[in-house]
Amino acid sequence: MNHRTSLRRVALALALLGSGLASAVQAANEQYFPLQSYRVGPYAAGGTGFFGGFIDYMQYVNANGGVNGVKLTWSECETEYVVEKGVECYERLKGGLNGAPAAATNPLSVGIAYATLERSTADKLPLITINHGRTDSTDGSVFPYVFPLQLNPYSEVSAIVNYIGQRDGGIATLKGKKIAVLYHGSPYGKETNSVLETLAKNYGFELTTLEVPHPGNEQQSQWLNIRRLKPDWVILRGWGVMNPVALKSAQKVGYPVDHIIGNIWSNSEEDVIPAGAAAKGFISITTHPSGTDFPVLKGIQKDVPDKGQGNLADAKRFGTVYYNLGVVNGILNVEALRIAQAKFGEKPLTGEQVRWGFEHLDLDDARLQALGAKGLVQPLKLSCADHEGGGAVRFQQWDGQRWNLISDWVQADRGLLRPIIEASAAQYAKEKGITPRDCSKEQ
Amino acid sequence: MEFFFEVLIGGLLAGVMYSLVAIGFVLIYKASGVFNFAQGAMVLFAALTFVSLLERGLPFWGAFLVTLTSMVVLALLIERAVLRPLVNRPPIILFMATLGLSYMIEGLAQALWGAQVHGLELGIPDEPLEIHGMLISQFDLFAAGTAALLVIVLSFLFNRTRIGLSLRAVADDPLASLAVGIRLPRIWAVVWAAAGFVGLVAGLLWGARLGVQFSLSLVVLKALPVLIIGGFSSIGGAIVGGLIIGAAEKIAEIYLGPIIGSGIENWVPYVLALVFLLVRPAGLFGERAIERV
Amino acid sequence: MLYQEAGQLARRYAAERRIFRLRQDRIGLLLLLVFAFVGVPWLGNDYWFSAILIPFMVLSLAGLGLNLLTGFAGQLSLGSAAFMAVGAFAAYNLQLRVAGMPLLLSFALGGVIAGLVALVFGLPSLRIKGFYLLVSTLAAQFVVEWVLTRFSWFTNDNASGVITSPPLIIAGVDFSSPQGRYLLTLGLLVLLFWLGKNLVRSELGRNWMAVRDMDTAAAVIGIRLLKAKLLAFAISGFYLGIAGSLWAFAYLGTVEPHGFDLSRSFQVLFIIIIGGLGSVLGNFLGAAFIVLFPILLGNLSALLPVGVIDSGQLENLQKVLFGALIIVFLIKEPEGLARLWQRFRLRLRVWPLRY
Repeated sequence: MNHRTSLRRVALALALLGSGLASAVQAANEQYFPLQSYRVGPYAAGGTGFFGGFIDYMQYVNANGGVNGVKLTWSECETEYVVEKGVECYERLKGGLNGAPAAATNPLSVGIAYATLERSTADKLPLITINHGRTDSTDGSVFPYVFPLQLNPYSEVSAIVNYIGQRDGGIATLKGKKIAVLYHGSPYGKETNSVLETLAKNYGFELTTLEVPHPGNEQQSQWLNIRRLKPDWVILRGWGVMNPVALKSAQKVGYPVDHIIGNIWSNSEEDVIPAGAAAKGFISITTHPSGTDFPVLKGIQKDVPDKGQGNLADAKRFGTVYYNLGVVNGILNVEALRIAQAKFGEKPLTGEQVRWGFEHLDLDDARLQALGAKGLVQPLKLSCADHEGGGAVRFQQWDGQRWNLISDWVQADRGLLRPIIEASAAQYAKEKGITPRDCSKEQ
Repeated sequence: MEFFFEVLIGGLLAGVMYSLVAIGFVLIYKASGVFNFAQGAMVLFAALTFVSLLERGLPFWGAFLVTLTSMVVLALLIERAVLRPLVNRPPIILFMATLGLSYMIEGLAQALWGAQVHGLELGIPDEPLEIHGMLISQFDLFAAGTAALLVIVLSFLFNRTRIGLSLRAVADDPLASLAVGIRLPRIWAVVWAAAGFVGLVAGLLWGARLGVQFSLSLVVLKALPVLIIGGFSSIGGAIVGGLIIGAAEKIAEIYLGPIIGSGIENWVPYVLALVFLLVRPAGLFGERAIERV
Repeated sequence: MLYQEAGQLARRYAAERRIFRLRQDRIGLLLLLVFAFVGVPWLGNDYWFSAILIPFMVLSLAGLGLNLLTGFAGQLSLGSAAFMAVGAFAAYNLQLRVAGMPLLLSFALGGVIAGLVALVFGLPSLRIKGFYLLVSTLAAQFVVEWVLTRFSWFTNDNASGVITSPPLIIAGVDFSSPQGRYLLTLGLLVLLFWLGKNLVRSELGRNWMAVRDMDTAAAVIGIRLLKAKLLAFAISGFYLGIAGSLWAFAYLGTVEPHGFDLSRSFQVLFIIIIGGLGSVLGNFLGAAFIVLFPILLGNLSALLPVGVIDSGQLENLQKVLFGALIIVFLIKEPEGLARLWQRFRLRLRVWPLRY
């Protein structure tokens, strides 16, 4: 190849890149959502479902007139669940699109959330980490721009422990029980070990923690340990391939699968289907049921996939756990927008204004009914001090075909967790030299 | 004591699964001196193709044959597009080329069949057998049987057929075998196709164990220390290495884990392999290279 | 014409031996440095600093680290990310636990500690050769990751095992703005590349190349393999350690042990393959390629009408293209982008009057 022509081509490509970046700024009546999505790589199953649901919900809102006439717009940037790609995407998209200001970022990745946490605060752009994220960011006085909506990791384990107590006939029966935790060998997996120890001391159960090294495709020794230990319950804190392998290995050592409880990242169809029959009876928590019977999902079906605009490559995944999480996430984002618009006017808002909306998010049963999402989203009320809001989960069981709900909402013991969270947030504030906001003065 | 034997047997059987992947490496290394990092990607590609065909309604053997054919085509393409132009380059360059190859195959597999997670049932029951109070996985026994069969077939191929004769000649001395009229490119294509077949078998068994998904390509990391202990050029070594690694990592996790912390399975095989190497720098069964200046 | 070297005669040995023998090269380099130190901070925006320039520079540095070991000394390594992690976590803990520790000193000490760890894992290289050596560096990769996750002391008992950057203040000047982080990285980069370039031209560098080409022969002519190989591991570890600190603190601002996993090692390896094994300049070219290629592809596809190709397929496509490019490079240009640049310079020297 002639080198001069190849150089010219590179120059041309660079010029194109430049023009792509410097897109023209026009005022439009649009609100923009930068999407740091992931559709390939080891965690693609979660990303395609979640962002599929989120995008479909936004299309549904647009098809019904937008948010008070403000249309939603979005663009995707593939992160592959890799932190630095997520950062690049964040930096690329944070400025908005064609004049539409960015409302909030929703990376659905603990690593990316951590890496963009300080940037979000500096750029005044809310960072939404639904069902995951940094536990102490629940304390909004230290983390004004971070929202671990619905459920943070501490509430998650607390609710699981409460459920076990409930099932066996009251929390007092936990005394002397043996509970084993099988966790992914990563910071995410370890995050709840300390709080579990606190809970074990409180309720008097015997806790054993077992680590599965990443990625978790070999767990025989852990399950042999469990077999030797014979715990009453096993809590599975898995991730990706680790989940089906855990269920298969449980079958191999003869541990009853209906005494394994999966956490929030072990609760999707993608986690159990690969395990086949071994998964039948597996219990997991969820913040939202799967299924297509909710009015809002019927509405989406009518306005989006039926018109051939659905985002899912595989239409069968409509109404699955990850998809519905995306829808729930869409509802919460749009509601925050609506609340903020009530204060700041019905126009595209800045991240700072949307933040106010998130902080004043208040979804009661009546509002959820009106949205057609009653039973899909838990009642949620946020405040300056509390960026989580709900803290309740339901339990579901896999019957080989679908998830069936087997419990009502089970609340986490948030009063017990709050001091731990506040202490951790205060330590962060001290390290970073942040003066916490005075929440009594916020309005 | 019973528990110890249960761990040991479980470990040995798991080790056989590692050997299955390692055998693919050995085949290629023996015949072409290429350290083929793409073996894991080939396992993924084979399993994903197979399961996608199955889901599209093909019968088991139909899907098997179509997948096998595509593996052979892949092998021919690799030989033509990658190996031939890189002939006579240092081994490190060939290794890096297989890194590129593994990216290509992974991307291709996911572009063709999507990134969804699939379940794969081979119809082998996975209820544990109880023998003397020890639980032994039927599935793992089946896998071990398959591996044994595979080794028998391969050794038959190597020792009893004409093509096997040329394979051994090439492994022994590529230059001399060229001189006596053996067609090197054809041998390479055959070997890569055979490695593709081994990859398919490994992909089916691993896919049934883990579900068919991207992480399948990571099994290559489990196969590496197996290879190192066994030596790159011995199929028997791959089996023995697999058994050693499988048993050692389980025993370490269970008996050493409580002392220094659990989750050590990722690195114990590597450290073990390192210890073996310090004693025997070319693995247990590898051929010691003699260097001349 | 512009690139004429006629008349530039060396009158002293020192002038003959200098790195940039041609006046044009020296002027060009000077202009480039002035542009990088003065022009870029003035022109660039947040996106360019935070998402392109800083990772590009850090990866170039990591590439140089691995290139010293693999490209110059010929020891194949898949443990680069582990040494980066050691550097980052060591620097973090030094900052945290030693009161009044200057930032740059903790980076340097982090590098030294990473170098020592690399040295330990390099010890088997005396007995094990070629691919078998991979197992040693892979052991480093997995052991380091495990140790950093296992012992929460390293992450100051953070529940999530994530470390966050200490304040980037050097001699009272705050470097935490994007420009500041850019300048900090650039400064270290220039210093370390200057050192590196001189190193590979020194006796040690030439010994490394002899070892790379054939270590038995090198031993025969009296090069001490022990010293050459171990120094290669240690110095490479030092460079990677500093690159790790910069990655964690100047680029991301936060990092978990898993951020330095095997795929990062591969990334660094690809940089030196694409850039050029045994080349100093190649690290820049390789890193630029690795950082810019996906972004370029993403931006180009954004120009396509919506729906032609979804972002997932694009990523798969990118993977295929990337793999193909590596193979093409190895086939067509085993010496990487650096060689292309050299050829370009050779043409320039005779332009426009070819012989």
